[in-house]
Amino acid sequence: MTAATDGAGAASPPAPGSALLEARHLVQEFELRNFGGGRGGVVHAVSDVSLEVRSGETLGLVGETGSGKTTLARTILQAPRPRSGQVIFRGVDLVGLRGRELLEARRHLQMVFQDPFGSLDPKWRVSEIVEEPLVAYGVGRRSERRRRVAELLDLVGLDPRRFGDRRPRELSGGQCQRVAIARALALSPALIVCDEAVSSLDVLIQAQVLNLFEQLRRELGLSYLFIAHDLALVKQVSDRVAVMYLGKLCEVGPAESIYREPLHPYTVALLASIPSPDPEVRRPRVADTIRGEPPSPTDPPSGCRFRTRCPRARERCALEEPPLRRLRPDHLVACHFPVSESGDREPVAAATAPDRPPEGSTPTP
Amino acid sequence: MSAEPPALTVTGRSPAAAPAAHRRPSPPGVPLLEVSDLHVRFRRDGGQVLAVNGLSYTVSAGTTLAIIGESGSGKTVSARAVMGLLPATATVSGSIRFEGQELVGLPEEELRRRRGSDVAMIFQDPSRSLNPTMRVGAQVTEAIRAHLPLGRREARERAVELLRMVRLPSPERRYFQYPHQLSGGMRQRVMIAIALACYPKLLIADEPTTALDVTTEAQIMELLLELQQQLSMGLILISHDLGLAASYADEVIVMYAGRAVERAATRTLFARVRMPYTRALLDAVPRLERPPHSLLPVVEGQPPDLSRLPAGCPFAPRCPRADDLCRQAPQFEEHEPGHWWACWHPHGEGEEP
Repeated sequence: MTAATDGAGAASPPAPGSALLEARHLVQEFELRNFGGGRGGVVHAVSDVSLEVRSGETLGLVGETGSGKTTLARTILQAPRPRSGQVIFRGVDLVGLRGRELLEARRHLQMVFQDPFGSLDPKWRVSEIVEEPLVAYGVGRRSERRRRVAELLDLVGLDPRRFGDRRPRELSGGQCQRVAIARALALSPALIVCDEAVSSLDVLIQAQVLNLFEQLRRELGLSYLFIAHDLALVKQVSDRVAVMYLGKLCEVGPAESIYREPLHPYTVALLASIPSPDPEVRRPRVADTIRGEPPSPTDPPSGCRFRTRCPRARERCALEEPPLRRLRPDHLVACHFPVSESGDREPVAAATAPDRPPEGSTPTP
Repeated sequence: MSAEPPALTVTGRSPAAAPAAHRRPSPPGVPLLEVSDLHVRFRRDGGQVLAVNGLSYTVSAGTTLAIIGESGSGKTVSARAVMGLLPATATVSGSIRFEGQELVGLPEEELRRRRGSDVAMIFQDPSRSLNPTMRVGAQVTEAIRAHLPLGRREARERAVELLRMVRLPSPERRYFQYPHQLSGGMRQRVMIAIALACYPKLLIADEPTTALDVTTEAQIMELLLELQQQLSMGLILISHDLGLAASYADEVIVMYAGRAVERAATRTLFARVRMPYTRALLDAVPRLERPPHSLLPVVEGQPPDLSRLPAGCPFAPRCPRADDLCRQAPQFEEHEPGHWWACWHPHGEGEEP
């Protein structure tokens, strides 16, 4: 399916497993203004986040509302540009690109949004919506584009003859999301950023769309950055998972490892909050999860940002910011007192010394 | 470590002490809410949409009933019928008895008196249900004074007490804040405080946690159940999430295309799912036990158009077990003690359990 449409920008894809996209020390901040234009503080939306999406893999990104996951995704796409940091995509730093160069680089980097109705122009027909990126990038002649649109609609499971002439309001939420996916696929991207792409869909439709993502991954060798607040859903699609809290990464690692033996107390709490569809399993209890509300991103806590809600927090957590460090193969955590592997998940009393205390650390009381 | 949680500053006064005072006593031996053969039709473009099609259930004080279904299954419409909150284009037939008294056909005046005092409802999106131009405290006070003969000051004290009861951090300060100054979870707490203003006997929670994070969801659900025990309310939990039903409900009704398709006590239902639709819903939920990149078992297609319902079982066009028999509508019957379903080919018959 690549021949006619890939055109000029198609460099050979990187080898599987190497970094396709790499965010280095990304920082995104927004200045607030009070009435009258006075400075109202700074929202620290993304603070020094580094992560990579490897070729052919799906990286899941989870976190609560306000954790900065959507801002991180938009910053990666350069909309808006980061305050500082680099975004290396297929070997090129997007932050340094302007105009045509950025457009050219971004054709291989597409996004699917949460609200299927809001992200499609209600006045356009389905075939026009899917064709638009091809027109914008001047791909092929009209007849070729038409053929490509039909091919794309087929690919996402919509009959082009039945759906091509409809408008978004004549479609269900699931069908709209399929159209949005077809549009994202039009330029044969290497990476698709899915921002809560199935969160607003009903369970059965959500399963259909998740399977579609999976099938496209297998057929087209796509990579995804899959953002969602639902951990079970992220586990379903991801090779690796990154957990974000208040603008920072807490934990990054292989999906199985994170879910079987989470290291960060925040990840443990998130996992304990999921209600199981089995009444024999004990219901989530607030005591096992976390209390209270996340602090304001305009005034994040000193040291570890999670410490104000953390059952394991101690003095050191306020003084010293925990760096992301590797505790298991490919599994990183930013915590002074990670949950140990012996299944010790009880709060403070049972907390033991960190697995590998950095040199010069003060002994804890 | 900071001693943050002002969330736990539940002080002195027992919130449970007050309620009994102005609650009307319930007549003995009558179920709190009894809905039978409820139909709701909407007029649309000259045609009719059958949104709820013969729904029956009962809710007793102190118990939780979960109504589960996808968008358009009729779960919200049926609850709004109980509240008398349907638009004028809706026609309600059947019977809704609250403590034995028929609500269908009651004049609006009488319904309004009951709404909020006997029966209250909380909605999915707390930011859209609150008035953005009013301080949250005033909104709670308004709800109190609409139903109770309390003076301004008494109502205000009561409002702060309610906000404390729903564990809004520092209620005296939050009383004077506007909705946009609160987080989603806090707004939902305010909504709950408003709903509980008159200590209703029945609370309908329509997707109360769908717009919230999982951690907040656990907090809100725990709060709801605790308050339910304190006030011995009946609770109807409307949701699309079977996990929520399994964790928090005593009884579950699964709805599809306006009908109940399966109903049982929570444990019974999840131990022996009979209706293929319920099975499909359960299978389609991503679970932590499943390995990454596995395909979910799906049923294709869409729910039927409610203005052009097919004859027979509404799920048949998507059902893997459907055959000719399914062109006749199966009866919704109690096939096993305490377990109702509507299906010709239920799971568990002629197969290993």
